[in-house]
Amino acid sequence: MTGIEIISDKCIGCKLCLKACMFGAIDMKEKKAVINDNCSLCGACVPSCKFDAIRIEKDKAQKTVDISEYKGVWVFAEQKDNVVSQVAFELLGEGRKLADALSAPLSAVLIGSNLQDQAEKLIAYGADNVYYVDHQSVEHYNDESYTDIFVQLVEEYKPEIVLIGATTYGRSLAPRVASRLNTGLTADCTGLEIDPEKKILLQTRPAFGGNLMATIICPNHRPQMSTVRPKVMKPLEPDYSRKGEIIYPNVIIPENLKVKVLDVVQTVCETVSLSEADIIVSGGRGLGDAKNYALVEELARVLGGAAGASRAIVDAGWVDYSHQVGQTGKTVGPKVYFACGISGAVQHLAGMSSSDIIIAINKNPDAPIFKIATYGIVGDVLEILPELIKQFRERLN
Amino acid sequence: MNIIVCVKQVPGTTDVKINKETNTIIRDEADAVINPFDEYAIEEGVRIKEKVGGSVTVISMGIPKTAELLRETIALGVDEAVLLTDRAFAGSDTLATSYALSMGIKKLGSYDLIICGKQATDGDTAQVGPSLAEKLGVPHTTYVRKIEEIKDGYIRCQRMTDDGYEVIEMPLPAVITVVKEINEPRLPSIKGKLKAKKYEVKILTADDIGADKSLCGLNGSPTQVIKTFTPVHEINGEILEGTAREQAKKLADKLLAMQFVKCR
Repeated sequence: MTGIEIISDKCIGCKLCLKACMFGAIDMKEKKAVINDNCSLCGACVPSCKFDAIRIEKDKAQKTVDISEYKGVWVFAEQKDNVVSQVAFELLGEGRKLADALSAPLSAVLIGSNLQDQAEKLIAYGADNVYYVDHQSVEHYNDESYTDIFVQLVEEYKPEIVLIGATTYGRSLAPRVASRLNTGLTADCTGLEIDPEKKILLQTRPAFGGNLMATIICPNHRPQMSTVRPKVMKPLEPDYSRKGEIIYPNVIIPENLKVKVLDVVQTVCETVSLSEADIIVSGGRGLGDAKNYALVEELARVLGGAAGASRAIVDAGWVDYSHQVGQTGKTVGPKVYFACGISGAVQHLAGMSSSDIIIAINKNPDAPIFKIATYGIVGDVLEILPELIKQFRERLN
Repeated sequence: MNIIVCVKQVPGTTDVKINKETNTIIRDEADAVINPFDEYAIEEGVRIKEKVGGSVTVISMGIPKTAELLRETIALGVDEAVLLTDRAFAGSDTLATSYALSMGIKKLGSYDLIICGKQATDGDTAQVGPSLAEKLGVPHTTYVRKIEEIKDGYIRCQRMTDDGYEVIEMPLPAVITVVKEINEPRLPSIKGKLKAKKYEVKILTADDIGADKSLCGLNGSPTQVIKTFTPVHEINGEILEGTAREQAKKLADKLLAMQFVKCR
């Protein structure tokens, strides 16, 4: 029987589980804990009980596949305009570790046309082989055709692990593929590891806006699928003497697609895109006025980075939504992140706390942003920013 | 045009506090809201209805309490609210959730467009929209920032990408997930509030929608959480002192020394 059980002999009525429950799903009856209808079986109460009185069980008779048939680690090599995205190389770096831990091959999946040079680059970055689906009609990403092709490849070659970049396209492709294959998918993993005994993938990801980390497994279904945000993993140094094989799989290229991409419009052309930037300068309400955002853009330009924004100033209409960093905006992980006049609400932190170096500039020394800052400057952004622009402009030339 | 909007109850995240001992979230009783992104989905559904006619139905899978939140959506112009609730749904991952929603939606009858928020703010996965579309066998587009046209059995919309947008056309029925750029959600009207007060949310169980229980909840979820822990932020931040000029110089010294910022 699936479900949660309170072993009433062990329950001493300490109520610790009540505090742990996020859903108000535990009541006390006659000094014992009782689960009510609000329970979502999230499991948060289990470790909270010091007396092992809570047990969650799952039916053993889950429909499973023969997982031993599945071998190897795959990385989806997303490309746009015939250039493979940086995140694919980062995933190959991580995939290499996983493949080595499993003594299994690492493969890249490349869909597009005229990508011979890119296929070779993928090998240089760690792939043992590249499944290259070369066809004019799949030059540009399309949810329908890419899902079809990807599923055909998985069914033919049966990888045990599939890693996909958590980009706009990846976050659309991965769930559609996983749903068709009826397998598990873990979004936005920040840590991937192979369990040394069970040889399964341990996927760690943030939840609740980064306040909690969860490790997730997919024990009985294959492939084990994960998406990973750009800038989270590190690519290997490319080695163009590495040998690898380019395989041209025999797949049916879908025709008469329902989903049609009519136009592709680039609006962010002046600077680097936020998700790809090594340096991001973000501004918040501390700037005082919409016109002062120009200082943020200027520093970003001087540093060759991108300009970001807090939700507050996007909502206030100072800046376009495409610049918003945080839970309801973009999640970024640059090498250097400047938070200028941003207090650091947890929703903002959720979108940038994985940055390597965080610089906080704020008038209020108690602003939460200072807690995660590598370097803090307590002061008025309107005085500090012009000085920083001057410093970098002089010294970078 | 029959429009279905999928919504989720999430914790109001403004005051998430973590119990350091148990690594779990401490929540206040009344601390549940409709996922913020779903508000844009509801608004878009109501706007389409106002333009071309039809009805808007919200559907959610969740605990019984969710019904209260669903009822409030009636005040925003929603016509019907349906809650899928059953112990069999407990512990669902995104695959099992998509399955349950797909069965619930099939039960409701014919539909033209399904709108979801881009993602929910508790899990942030953005997976249910595309996964649901697959379960229903209809096309989908994510991150929709504008509907250019919707009529005669097709939709043409703009999908936000990392550096701009794409214009995508698909036949209906279809699923879209929307970003907050798409509209400005309205506040409930007095008349709407009165209507909501009287409205009774339709409750459906796993049996009501003919769901295979082995595909629901914990049983139907390929993924399992095996451990949760509080992230450690081991940062010994350094505060740079001095005048504005001195502070700026110190920072520039450090960044240039680390070569994160390079001369061109």
